[in-house]
Formats: sequence, structure tokens, C-alpha cells
Amino acid sequence: MTLAPLFDVPVSALRRALDEKEISSVELANLFLDRIDAFNPGLNAFITVDRERTLVEARAADRRIARNEAGPLTGIPLAHKDVFCTEGVLTTCASKMLSNFVSPYDAHVVSLLKRAGAVSLGKTNMDEFAMGSSSETSYYGPVNNPWKIGHVPGGSSGGSAAAVAARLAPIATGTDTGGSVRQPAAFCGITGIKPTYGLISRYGMVAYASSLDQGGAFGASAGDCALLLSAMAGFDMRDSTSLDRPVEDYAAEIGTPASDPARPLAGLTIGVPREFFSVGLGDETHASIEDALAQYRALGASVRDVSLPNTRFAIPAFYVIAMAEASSNLSRFDGVRYGYRATKYADLVDMYCKSRSEGFGAEVQRRILTGTFVLSHGYYDAYYLQAQKLRRLIAEDFRRAFSECDLVAGPAAPMTAWALGAMGDDPVQMYLADIYTTPVNLAGLPGLSHPCGFDAAGLPIGLQLIGNYFSEARLLTAAHRFQQVTNWHLHRPAPIARANA
Amino acid sequence: MSRSDWEIVIGLEIHAQLNTSAKIFSGASAAFGAQPNVQASAVDIALPGVLPVLNRGVVERAIRFGLALGSHIAPKSVFARKNYFYPDLPKGYQISQFEFPVVQGGIITVQVGEGESAYEKPIRLTRAHLEEDAGKSIHEDFRGMSGIDLNRAGTPLLEIVSEPDMRSSAEAVAYARAMHALVRWIDICDGNMQEGSFRCDANVSVRKKGVEALGTRREIKNLNSFRFLQQAIDFEAGWQIETLEDGSWFEQATVLFDPTTGQTRMMRSKEDAHDYRYFPDPDLLPLVIEPGWVERVRASMPELPTAMKARFEQELCLSAQDASALTTSKETADYFQAAVAAAGTVHAKLCANWVMGELAACLNRAGLEIATAPVSPTQLAGLLLRIADGSISNAIARKVFEALWSGEGADADEIIEREGLKQVTDNSAIEAMVEEVIAANPKSVEEFRAGKEKALNALVGQVMKASRGKANPTQVNDLMRCKLN
Repeated sequence: MTLAPLFDVPVSALRRALDEKEISSVELANLFLDRIDAFNPGLNAFITVDRERTLVEARAADRRIARNEAGPLTGIPLAHKDVFCTEGVLTTCASKMLSNFVSPYDAHVVSLLKRAGAVSLGKTNMDEFAMGSSSETSYYGPVNNPWKIGHVPGGSSGGSAAAVAARLAPIATGTDTGGSVRQPAAFCGITGIKPTYGLISRYGMVAYASSLDQGGAFGASAGDCALLLSAMAGFDMRDSTSLDRPVEDYAAEIGTPASDPARPLAGLTIGVPREFFSVGLGDETHASIEDALAQYRALGASVRDVSLPNTRFAIPAFYVIAMAEASSNLSRFDGVRYGYRATKYADLVDMYCKSRSEGFGAEVQRRILTGTFVLSHGYYDAYYLQAQKLRRLIAEDFRRAFSECDLVAGPAAPMTAWALGAMGDDPVQMYLADIYTTPVNLAGLPGLSHPCGFDAAGLPIGLQLIGNYFSEARLLTAAHRFQQVTNWHLHRPAPIARANA
Repeated sequence: MSRSDWEIVIGLEIHAQLNTSAKIFSGASAAFGAQPNVQASAVDIALPGVLPVLNRGVVERAIRFGLALGSHIAPKSVFARKNYFYPDLPKGYQISQFEFPVVQGGIITVQVGEGESAYEKPIRLTRAHLEEDAGKSIHEDFRGMSGIDLNRAGTPLLEIVSEPDMRSSAEAVAYARAMHALVRWIDICDGNMQEGSFRCDANVSVRKKGVEALGTRREIKNLNSFRFLQQAIDFEAGWQIETLEDGSWFEQATVLFDPTTGQTRMMRSKEDAHDYRYFPDPDLLPLVIEPGWVERVRASMPELPTAMKARFEQELCLSAQDASALTTSKETADYFQAAVAAAGTVHAKLCANWVMGELAACLNRAGLEIATAPVSPTQLAGLLLRIADGSISNAIARKVFEALWSGEGADADEIIEREGLKQVTDNSAIEAMVEEVIAANPKSVEEFRAGKEKALNALVGQVMKASRGKANPTQVNDLMRCKLN
């Protein structure tokens, strides 16, 4: 048996190696920085990498480890989606608009992870302002899927997902407004979790759609996600929608031994919404999901049908609300105080128009315009208010479903990663790919995606688990038990994640 | 047709800056007058990723206001975003309340005019809602450019919206003054109009008398003095009437008042009005006010002017006019009550006379506010007690008051003692002076005895002069009459 290279072991193994002084945090950081140097040019997963800054953090972590003051993530490298503000570091949201913006402050998540001693490797590429499902709308160019160059990694947190899949970072932060953690996790064959709305502070996370945005965690396994999620969660008085409840130790919870080791998920009821298996779901994805459900049954879970009848309204409701909020959230990017400003303009209005037309990409402009339209006088009731009603219906669907089951399971996306540019000029076609993920954000529920197979082209397929509010531990435990008896999460894209830098 | 055939209809929107030390959604200081942008936090300048957090002190002030006007305090109200672009509006939207304001309804009864023609008028409130102020654009100091000062961005405002219940500029001014007094009375706003802490927008329309439908209104923006409010409404109403009388018309618009010309001019028409695209702010939870919170605020409320006025009439036997005058401002009422407390309630009328008389006149001459009056309520009470017990006359009291005003003594007794101003009430001493005067003025004595009543006054005056004003005038009068008869 060959030992896995250090860049491809669980965070718990890195922890042991650091604590046993088998490797220093600086060495570990250099290992990943070298891999970024070697493989990022092909993937374009990172927008900003600052080796010196990373090494300063790693040296501090080493001192802390030497003092025996290390926490679970002290000295562990990670990557941040470039939507999180990082003090003194470029924070672009993959937009020309913020291509010159060095944040003067840290997002709450960033400061929590800094305090935990985690070492930031850099900022990852994404869809511009998190608007997209493919990471193709970035001002810094599209991200490639490590499983197949020329294919998308999913989005909007595509850079973080690709980085973790290619082992350019052991774990990474992301954000999920309509599936932006779960779908790229599925496309890149890794595990990603978006917790209950309010569990992770949004302070310093550049807003796309405030009522839907939520931070999330990427890792190779549920175990790695559990460690990262515990470090990201926690009440923050600077975010009025942040929930004041104690932080759970998810890693400890998933490590709790099952009472019946042969059937570790006995007593768990998994609901399968028939609406998630209708027209549009790819056959290979469908088959892999069925196989995974069979595996869950084998683990002792009972699987039953449930209904989420309003699923078909999720996409229109989601896009109306998300675009409405986005049109307002992005108004602050006006060229007045920071960010991009057009060089030539006639007057104030012209300065606004040119700065925003030149600073925002096409998809962002489309969403701002659509959002402005749906909030306009005379249209508000027909669009925004109707969407809010649908949102309540969708939440009600889940409430009913969770009276019959503990978790809901289904595909994370109807298809696997598509080729770059394949969606062409039809934005709606891409919006429709968010059919299984957007209902979860509309309801504010936690959702997790873990790998469960591959299509014929060798592209990963992800299973989505949806839990009731604050059931993150249950979601992670289910995925962890699944991963203890399967090896989908151990597959790596060749040659990248197999090769040394 | 003439002007008297028309009825003027006015509704006011008042922006009162709430006197919290921090801003409404950030911890930055809301104090006035700092160097540009030093009081603008990350939230105030709307950096990417920042979020608003509601300052509960602001809500408490809104509750105080609602309680003072008998309004409905909404158990749940909602902050909304009002979207528009302007360089001094950092987020590109203002957080305000739209569909669900925190204060709903209410009424205030105001005194319009003075003297014989004075009347009381109840004015209904539509609503009062919380919102943040914008920053300031400074166009003067930079050639070809504008400066932006974001210190004011995020300062808390209560926008107080009245029903269109006012029918003259006098009523509008009376309402605005009453609101101005009230917000200071309940200590939610400093009322400083020069610094913009209290400013009015007036919605003005006219209609033929007897017509029920409201005419087309024009809104006069940003009036920051009561005088401008009156001038602007008078000009605007006159202009509207003239325009309509000429057979012409005008459209709904927003106008500005130019104090130098005394005229209003068009700012933007209805067509140019923004579509603000209001929607609930997803960064803020609905504002929930539990009944217990309202009750705690109610318990901390000061006695309100109307209640205090009634009490002054009943308990202190003051006239309605006196009671009204003494409750026009919290400071005046505080001063008066402190003076009464020191002098005793039996002397309330005397206190009232002096507070509204000598004290008010001196303050006016010196351009001082009553809260900083050089003569304290206790000092005034000490002085009034000496009038009441006959130690000094009113005339002497005014001299003592002047001495107190210029700090020539700690209290009235000290000054009276030092200056020897105590009224002479010793009968023998006065008798001696009377006899002296009678001896020295045989002509006047003769005249009096011949039936000329007036001659007596001259003789009494001589005694008073001899006593340097200190002799008790009643005693002098009695003794003189007695000696001459």
C-alpha cells in the first residue's frame, strides 16, 4: 500500500503531521503554493496568490504549534473565494469593477479562520459577483474543471471547488446563493456544504442576494467540511441575520460511533422528492443517484418518496428575488468612492453609466437590469411579491416533507459539467440547471453535496442531501457514513491531483 | 373671484434628527461639525460586504414620539430600501421605512395665533418613520469638482408626516413650532435648525372653497426656519391661486424656496420623479417592538406639555394663557417649576409673572436661552419671597434682579442686606419722615386740605424719595392721610 501524498490526505491527517512535527506549516504552505504555481495556469482557479503573506501566516502558525496552542485548523492551508473581503489583499469578486479594490478589513469568516490559525493560500476565481453556475463570467477568465480541461467546474464558487479537487488547497471557503457551493462540489467530485441561512456571518462577504447568500465549506470529504464549517460558523453582531446560537463541533459529532456499526444510519429516514427526478435529469446522473440511495439503504437508512410540489416555481422565484436584491446590492459600485471609474465622461450621469457599463460584465448587467425591472413601479406586485409568495410555498413544501423524513436526497444538478461556452448565449438554459439547489436557498435550509459517481466522460456526479434547519451535523454524519463505506470521494482527477508539483 | 374664494391645504413632512450619539446603522459618531469624512465608518461609506445593524436607541426615540402623540406603535415594522443614485448616497439606496412605518396615526393640538383671535387646532399625523440621512455634496470649495462629506451619512432621522389638515401658513408654522417644542420636550432631537437637525417639507395645494377634492400639490423642500416656512407657503399658495385664476394650470412638482427672492422655483416635475423601487431590506430583520419595551419607555416619559398645562391651571390656579405660555418649551417649564418648588405653590402666580415678564425680557435683550439664564430659579424664588413678605417693593425687586443677573450677589437677601434695600416698615420711622415732609411742604398740605386729592400723591412721593424707595408705600399713604386729616 502506497501512502497518499501529503497534499491528498484528510485535514485530520495534516493536523497530526503538524502536531507531531513531521512537517511545519511553512513546509505545508510551500507544498500547496508550489502546486498552485504548477497547476493553476491550466486551471485558473486562483485570482490572487501572495506567497510572502501566506508564509508570514504559516510562520505564525508554526510558532503557535510550537507553543502547543494549536486549534483544529492552526497551520492548515486553505483558499478563500474572492467574494470574502481580506484586509490588505485584493478582493475582486472576479469583476473589473473591483479589480483595484484592496479591502481595508477582513470578512467575519476570514477573521475567524485567521484567529483559528488557518493559513490563507489566496483568493479563488468565481463567477463575477457570484452570478453564474459555471465560473465562466469571471473578468479573470473561466476556471477549468480539473477532471477535464475545457469543461466548467460549476459555479459560482468554481475556483474554490477546482482548487480542492486538484489538491491546490486542502479545503476552501465558498458562498452559496442558489447552489454555488453544492453544484461546483458536484461538478468537481468533492464535498460541499451550505449551512442554514444565518449560521455563517455575511459580514464582509460581498453581497449578491442578501436573503439567499450564505457562506459554505469545500473539502474532499464530509470530515474536512465538518472541520471548516465549525470554524466558519458563529454569531456575529455585525450581521443582523446572523443567528445567536452556540457553535457546534461537527467533526466531533460525525465521529460519534454509531450504536449499530453494521447499520450506522439505522433510524434515519431519507425522503426522495419525485419532482427531482422528472424531465431534464440526465440518465447517468439518475442512475448514480439511485445507486447512492441503495447504498444509504444498505447503511440502514429507510428511503421513501416525498413530494415538493412547488419545485417548478423555484427557478422563477429564485431569479426574481436574487436579481431584485442584486440590482440594489450592486448600486454601491458607482465609481465614486472605490473600484473602477471610467476615465472619460461628460457629467455625473455619464460617469455612472460608463463606469458601470465598463466595470460590470454582461451577466451582471443582465441581472441588474432584470432586477431593476422587477422592482419597478407597476411590476413589483406581479414579480417581486409573487416570488415572495412562491418562496413561502416552497418553504412550506419542505416543512411538510420534514414531517415525513429526516433528510431529503436527490441530484445536486441535472447534468454533469458542461464544456466551456456550451451554454452559449442562452442564460435561461443555465438558470434552469439550478433547479435542485435554488429551493434550498429559498427556504434557508442547509444542503450538502457529495460525490456519488461518474458519467461516461469521467465527469463527477454529486448527490445532494437537504436537511431541516440546523441539521448540519445530521447531514455531515450521513455523508461521512456514506464515505466510510464508499470511495467516490477518494477519486482524483488525473493527472493533476496525482502528480507532484 | 378673489383670494378669499380659495382654500389653502397644507401637509408637512418634518425630518427630525434623533439625538443618539451613534448613527442609525453603524457605530460611528453622529455628532455635528467634525472634519469631513472622519465620522464615516466602513458601513457609512458602504464598502463591499458591510451590513447595517439597527441602533436600538433610535427605536426608543421613535417609541417616545409615538407615545407623546397617542399614535399606534407598530409591533412589527419593516425597513425598506429606497433606491437612487447620488454621490452622497454611498449604498445607492437609503434605508427607510415605506409600507410599514414604526409610528402610525396620532394627533397634536396646536395653538394658532395670539390674544383674542387665538384658536386651537387639532392636526392629525399620518405616520412617522425611521430612516438614515444621506451625506453632503459640497459644490463650492472645489473648482469643477464636487466634494463629498459622508459624516452625515447614516445619521438617524424620524420623518414625521402630517395629514393635509392645515389651512394657512400660520397653522403650518404653529404645527411646526409645536412639533419642534415636542421633540425637544421628549428629548429625542436637539431641534437645532441651523445645523439641519429639524427641517420641513411643505406640501401645498389650493382648492375653491366648498370643493372637497384636493388640488394639484407642489412640495417645497428643505425649509429650515419657521420664517422661511411661512414665506414659502404664502408665496407658493399665492402663485398657485394666481396661476389658476389666470385660467392656467400647473403639474405636480417639487420646488425649492429661495430666501433671497422670497420665491419658490421648480426643482423637478412629476415626470422626472424617481422610481425608488422600494423593497424590504433583506439585510435587516423586521423591527419587532414587544409590548414590554413600549411600557418601559412609557414609564420613562416626562409629563407632556398638554398634561402639564392642565395641571398648572388646576393645581397652581394659573390662567389658561399663563399655563400655555409656560409650557411652550421644556426649558421654560423646567425653570418655572423649579422656581415654584423653591418659592412654594402659593406664589405660583408671582413666579409665572416674573418668568414671563422680567426674566423673559432680560433673556430676550441678552439673546440668551432660559436654560442658561444667569439668575437661577432658586435665586428668583428667593427674590420673590421678599416681595411676598413685604420686605421689598416690586420696584426694588427689579433692582435686586438686575444685581443678581450681573452676579453681584449669591442671593437676593445678600443684595438687599448689603445695599440696605429692605423696606422700612417701622411705623415711627415712617411717621418721622411723614412729619418732616408735611413741615417742608406747606403748599401741598394746603392744597390737599382744600380738597385736591392729587396733592397727597406728591407728598407721599416725597416720603418715598426721602426713604430712597424703601418705605412701605401703603404705610406711608395711610400715615400721611391720618396726619393731614
